[in-house]
Amino acid sequence: MTRIFLRDLRLGVRAGGGFGLGLAFFLIVVVLVPFGIGPETARLGPVAPGILWIGALLACLLSLDRVFALDREDGALDLLATAPVPLEGVALAKAAAHWITTGLPLCLAAPALAVLLALPWPGHLWLAVSLLAGTPALSLIGAFGAALTVGLRRGGLLLSLLVLPLYVPTLIFGADVARRGAEGLSPLVPLALLGAVSLGCLAILPFATSAALRVNLR
Amino acid sequence: MSFSTSFWSLANPARFMSLTARAVPILSVLAGVCLVGGLVWGFFFTPDDYRQGSTVKIIYLHVPAALMAINGWLMMLVASLIWLVRRHHVSALAARAAAPVGVTMTLIALITGAVWGQPMWGTFWAWDPRLTSFLILFLFYLGYMALWAAIDDPDTAADLTSVLCLVGSVFAILSRYAVNFWNQGLHQGASLSLDREKNVADVFYHPLLLSMAGFILLFLALVLAGTRTEIRARRLHALRLRERMA
Repeated sequence: MTRIFLRDLRLGVRAGGGFGLGLAFFLIVVVLVPFGIGPETARLGPVAPGILWIGALLACLLSLDRVFALDREDGALDLLATAPVPLEGVALAKAAAHWITTGLPLCLAAPALAVLLALPWPGHLWLAVSLLAGTPALSLIGAFGAALTVGLRRGGLLLSLLVLPLYVPTLIFGADVARRGAEGLSPLVPLALLGAVSLGCLAILPFATSAALRVNLR
Repeated sequence: MSFSTSFWSLANPARFMSLTARAVPILSVLAGVCLVGGLVWGFFFTPDDYRQGSTVKIIYLHVPAALMAINGWLMMLVASLIWLVRRHHVSALAARAAAPVGVTMTLIALITGAVWGQPMWGTFWAWDPRLTSFLILFLFYLGYMALWAAIDDPDTAADLTSVLCLVGSVFAILSRYAVNFWNQGLHQGASLSLDREKNVADVFYHPLLLSMAGFILLFLALVLAGTRTEIRARRLHALRLRERMA
């Protein structure tokens, strides 16, 4: 499992893995927002947490179709399925690698980009915390969606239609943590709920992901 | 024959077809009678509400449609579970047939709600928890149907959509409560429930019950007819394959 994780990490970071693409996309979304809604600080500040969360969510979505598709094309997925590792573990390792290559950089970059959107000060910290707690759920849900659509030739669009509604609870709680943090309220309640969503996904979704993979490999 | 043995015998497509061939016309007629009766009674023979005026009458479409939108998903969930556990093809096809009906019910509930909301709340749409969760339910239905449509192999499609339905159900319920947390609502509480005193006056309540019965029967008739179509399509496909082999 560790080896699969490290292998995916290496594949993701090296050229052609799309590492950095998600970050660049996130940056562009953040840069485009002031052009759309105007540059006034008073207007940008209140919407910043939501915009940053939606940007992070879309950036996560961008690299999802690679999670299983490449391995399926070259047959590595069949080998993994017959390897002496439970397929649930493979699913978990893949989701973890996806999180390290997309979710974690987003968490680190978000506070810096929040400056561009004039997020009030304590919000930066809580934004990073909320992304740190919420992006694992995004990667796990995304891996499930990727497993459902891995057998399809043009699964990308369908993948987003399947995955985005599943992102709703994570987005609600995550953006609320950042918003409350920025307004100086206590964000502990939504943070606890966000953590619960992430942990619940961690407990359940690897099983659903591997079930979908098994069906697709039949 | 007890209920459970007769229910599981429907897993045999031939028996399912012969039984539903008789059941669908009966259900359709009953649905028509209940719907026409309930709606005509509701629209023309009940008084206007003292605060809402005649707009109250949209309740006869809105509430039953919302009821069937949620129960349609529930039926899909049960049928998916039966498919995953017992591998009855009829069950998978019934789940597939329920989705378009369910999504239409969701759309009816959303549109009638908007039409009612304009004069009452002064807006077609508000990001109220109930409205929002119905919109999310609509998206779940769309994803489910899109996944069915995208996969060629029927057994693979049935398996994957069943898994999606299970996971989707968990997230749909989660979203329902997350949305409650996110915004306070305009929408009134549940008008009808099984464990509380009802808060709809009898004059409105009786035609509403009739109309709800009509929607339930209509849903059953449409789902059974849809399942019959799916079974026929499957048979046709098998015949074509056999012909090509010969």
